Amino acid sequence: MTGATPVSVHAIDFSPRPGAAPLPRMVLAQAGAEIRAMLRNGEQLVLTLIIPVLLLVAFSLAPLIDIGGGSRVAFIAPGVLALAVMSTAFTGQAIGTGFERRYGVLKRLGATPLSRAGLLLAKTAAVVAVEILQVIVIGMVAITLGWSPQGDPLWVVLLILFGTAAFSGLGLLMAGTLRAEATLAAGNLVYLVLLGLGGVLFPIEKFPAGVQHVVGLLPITALSDGLRGVLTNGAGLPATQLLVLAGWAAVTLGLAARTFRWE
Amino acid sequence: MEIRELVKRYGRKTAVDGLKLTCRTGEVTAILGPNGAGKTSTIEICEGFRRPDGGTVRVLGLDPADPALKPRLGVMLQAGGVPPAVRAGEWLRVVARFYAHPLDPDALLALLGLTEHARTPYRRLSGGQQQRLSLAAAVIGRPELVFLDEPTAGLDPQARHACWDVVTGLRDAGVSVVLTTHQMDEAEKLSDHVVVIDHGRVVAEGTPRELTGAERQLRFRARPGLDVDQLLGALPPGSAAKESPSGHYIIEGQVGPQMLATVTAWCAAESVTTEDLRIERRTLEDVFLELTGRELR
Ligand SMILES: Nc1ncnc2c1ncn2[C@@H]1O[C@H](COP(=O)(O)OP(=O)(O)OP(=O)(O)O)[C@@H](O)[C@H]1O
Ligand SMILES: [Mg+2]
Repeated sequence: MTGATPVSVHAIDFSPRPGAAPLPRMVLAQAGAEIRAMLRNGEQLVLTLIIPVLLLVAFSLAPLIDIGGGSRVAFIAPGVLALAVMSTAFTGQAIGTGFERRYGVLKRLGATPLSRAGLLLAKTAAVVAVEILQVIVIGMVAITLGWSPQGDPLWVVLLILFGTAAFSGLGLLMAGTLRAEATLAAGNLVYLVLLGLGGVLFPIEKFPAGVQHVVGLLPITALSDGLRGVLTNGAGLPATQLLVLAGWAAVTLGLAARTFRWE
Repeated sequence: MEIRELVKRYGRKTAVDGLKLTCRTGEVTAILGPNGAGKTSTIEICEGFRRPDGGTVRVLGLDPADPALKPRLGVMLQAGGVPPAVRAGEWLRVVARFYAHPLDPDALLALLGLTEHARTPYRRLSGGQQQRLSLAAAVIGRPELVFLDEPTAGLDPQARHACWDVVTGLRDAGVSVVLTTHQMDEAEKLSDHVVVIDHGRVVAEGTPRELTGAERQLRFRARPGLDVDQLLGALPPGSAAKESPSGHYIIEGQVGPQMLATVTAWCAAESVTTEDLRIERRTLEDVFLELTGRELR
């Protein structure tokens, strides 16, 4: 054992003085730790920032897809925002939480005064903070590419919040029930499948009508469609999409609350 | 802390089988037992991580699942519990923020020799450094009762002493400590109360002194395979002599100058050179092996 300045055990007052910190302080501390963990994780940054920005730039500049007229960046930017929300709230959170469970971190945190509700609050706050960063970066890149967003920002905020709830529920459902490796594989797979199917880059109008109905019920489609309606076409309250997202959130969060295993 | 008739099953396996145990406030209680004896199961039930299948457990007068217990307990898991990427100092600071009157993280890092690793991610710490970080996190909230599951496993001698200092410091400050260990000397040195469990039951308990008894033994080392029966013939009736393990001889009975003289005379006659010839009390390890046998678990 090495130590520059040996410290005597007598210098520390171990006498019991138990007490929990106020909830906001605990939640802030944990949220800060979660944000640092997300921003420090290289693979996660690729998923949450680099891939969305690359897709945004590539699909805006090059005629890779037929969007049926109109500005390419105006079509792509809302889809990429939806993708960013999914990557943080779903993929990142599922994988992160899955490994926290595996490494006993959730168990160890369970022995501190931070309650499970507090932990969930901290995780949500961290996800929202990272999403704000994503929206800023993606928004700035898109604007540089000539994007001029339309619509009421309130609907955008609502869509992102509902989407976050739905994707968090899905992510926590997986993280709390599957093995960490399975969560890692499934998290990435679902990300790819939803990226391909959900109207992020390819308009779902190109799919056969029957497929469109099913795909329209996916959370990623609801989110990208909703965002596109508001940001591209200046649409009003995206009621259908909010309803779909709320449904996903209610079902997945309810299931996750019931099935989540902390160890 | 009080445990009565505790039962814990995993499928068809009964890991804890009617265990009864009381740990007194302000004392260090050491739980000893072979691998798989049920130590971790018992401790984790007290920490509220696992639910018992039978019996009652009261920790500081409360049910282990009571959230009011959390700030009053300090917990060190047998393994893990820290995110691999988090830096040592950062983890300690975050945990400190959960408590109203935490200890200074930097002082704890220094005490446990981790100051220069404060910015090292957990996964890059050595096993012993990881253990020390977990120990620091267990005490940072100034708890009344601390559970340490094998706190010195994998520690070098210096780190083990630092850990012992922490445990003694806690006890001196009035904190109750429950620890498990496979190190008999550690249990002997640190604890006020020793509990030996095997197959999920308490097989012996008491102070280290009570367990080892007042009886003394004459021990020496010599080449393996001496004729102990012949040696026994030279000793007064009622004596006992055995070789355990190979090359280590233990003689019990009227231990005193007379026995010493007889044994050395016999050794001289047999041209046996003895090493480490000494008279001492039975060690806790002797008692432990006697109680739990020699077979591996
Ligand atoms: N989660 C579990 N699922 C199934 N069996 C378990 C589980 N945890 C422990 N066991 C079994 O219960 C028994 C007691 O295990 P426990 O971990 O309590 O032992 P221990 O005394 O702490 O051992 P060690 O000294 O090796 O740490 C063992 O036989 C073990 O295989
Ligand atoms: Mg154990």
